[in-house]
Amino acid sequence: MDSYDAPELTPRQDASSRLKDFFIGATPLQKRLESVRKQTSFIPTPPRRKIPQGSQLQEDVDPQKFTVLLHKQWTLYSLTPLYKFSYTNFKEYSKLLTAFIAAEKKKGLAVEVGDDFDIKVIFSTLMGVKGTQRDPEAFLVQILSKSQLPSEHKEGKVLWTGWFCCVFGDSLLETVSEDFTCLPLFLANGAETNTAIIGTWFQKTFDCYFRPLAISSFNLSWMAAMWTACKMDHYMATTEFLWSVPCSPHSLDISYAIHPEDTKALWDNVHKTPGEVTQEEVDLFMDCLYSHFHRHFKIHLSATRLVRVSTSVASAHTDGKIKILCPKYLIGVLAYLTELAAFQIE
Amino acid sequence: MSVLRPLDKLPGLNTATILLVGTEDAPLQQLADSMLKEDCTAELKVHLARSLPLPCSVNRPRIDLIVFVVNLHSKHSLQSVEESLCHLDAAFFLGKVVFLATGAGRDGHCSIHRNTVVKLAHTYRSPLLFCDLEIEDFRAAMAQRLVRLLQICAGHVPGVSALNLLSLLRGSENPSLEDL
Repeated sequence: MDSYDAPELTPRQDASSRLKDFFIGATPLQKRLESVRKQTSFIPTPPRRKIPQGSQLQEDVDPQKFTVLLHKQWTLYSLTPLYKFSYTNFKEYSKLLTAFIAAEKKKGLAVEVGDDFDIKVIFSTLMGVKGTQRDPEAFLVQILSKSQLPSEHKEGKVLWTGWFCCVFGDSLLETVSEDFTCLPLFLANGAETNTAIIGTWFQKTFDCYFRPLAISSFNLSWMAAMWTACKMDHYMATTEFLWSVPCSPHSLDISYAIHPEDTKALWDNVHKTPGEVTQEEVDLFMDCLYSHFHRHFKIHLSATRLVRVSTSVASAHTDGKIKILCPKYLIGVLAYLTELAAFQIE
Repeated sequence: MSVLRPLDKLPGLNTATILLVGTEDAPLQQLADSMLKEDCTAELKVHLARSLPLPCSVNRPRIDLIVFVVNLHSKHSLQSVEESLCHLDAAFFLGKVVFLATGAGRDGHCSIHRNTVVKLAHTYRSPLLFCDLEIEDFRAAMAQRLVRLLQICAGHVPGVSALNLLSLLRGSENPSLEDL
């Protein structure tokens, strides 16, 4: 039985299917209302998710371009759809954003667009960071410091990087009309002030809204299971978990490091359905770790809060920080994060 | 086997006893205090326990209502409640058991999904209440609700029994839950 359909069984399904026949040309707003109404019974969680496959990057994409995305700690935000965003106006956006940043930095003084500034903003598309053909292209924004001598033409140091992407965002894309570009996931690396300034500019220009994306312990345990399930040729890092024990006066942190091959062996024992991960498997996987720890230390880890998960594929912190280590599973990691961001927007 | 049975003792005169079961002491204690502050014509007795089975040595009155408190932040509390449920006589589930889920407000700290508790309550055919026991106003409102439930389960309200209440509460739930 497909649990996704369970909340929509009779009598609601009859009504909604009749409604759908009536509104063949339903506007995006009606589609949105329909999807919101279906979700009011309880929070839908798919009891199964696909294990990220390594071969989802499109062949014509140069994997070298992704080095800018890997091995950096990104702070996650969810972003509502952008209004009247165009991929062809990147040069104009660069100019406007540069002027805006310079103006914010020198508050009170008049700044003209096109002036010579000591920073430069570059917009560029990230080809291939998408799940299906329907997903909008991801794009990257970088703030570079311009070298003082213009004759050198040397690219300055990267001060701040941010990128917007949407991977397998079908549930959100269905409900959005043509004027909107839907890129629910925003990742930023660099100074907080820069993130705030860029966020303000985007909010003003495209009428969107940023919200920090926190990852709950529930989702962290799912990530741990899914990333352990990924097949790796060689493991770069040990699998590490960090729990926070709420106690006064200072909270205690418990860190549990496991050899990655051991976690993979444990996962292989737990895993039954090929190609998919179910809630029971995730629970069983985590319960094995908890009971092992309890046997040795007599501490119930299940009563504490999982705060950080770190594997060879990626590492995630509950505050919404992520670091992707493996280019092969980049799309898989982004797919889950897009799902979380889309859920937060809705 | 010390299985708790609902009708193995005679009821006390004008008393109603509630048992709160949960792994964390502080929220239970606070909830108990809030309940005792409520107006009730009968004498209220609140018993607290970490898990079942209860120790046999204590002489306790007949228990009218059991509330299992599950903290959504802690899987341990859910596991402890699941283990305790085995020590209850089946007759208790005819309206004398209520599940209370706390901690749903802070979604970032949750390690149990809401569906899990909903399924648990559905499996045992018992009502599920959500309340953030950390917030005083919500706790006071929940205490009031529990006192009313307790009065019905103890038989102090004429015309309504625990079983009546159970079918009333179930009818108002979302009908799609039946398909879970």
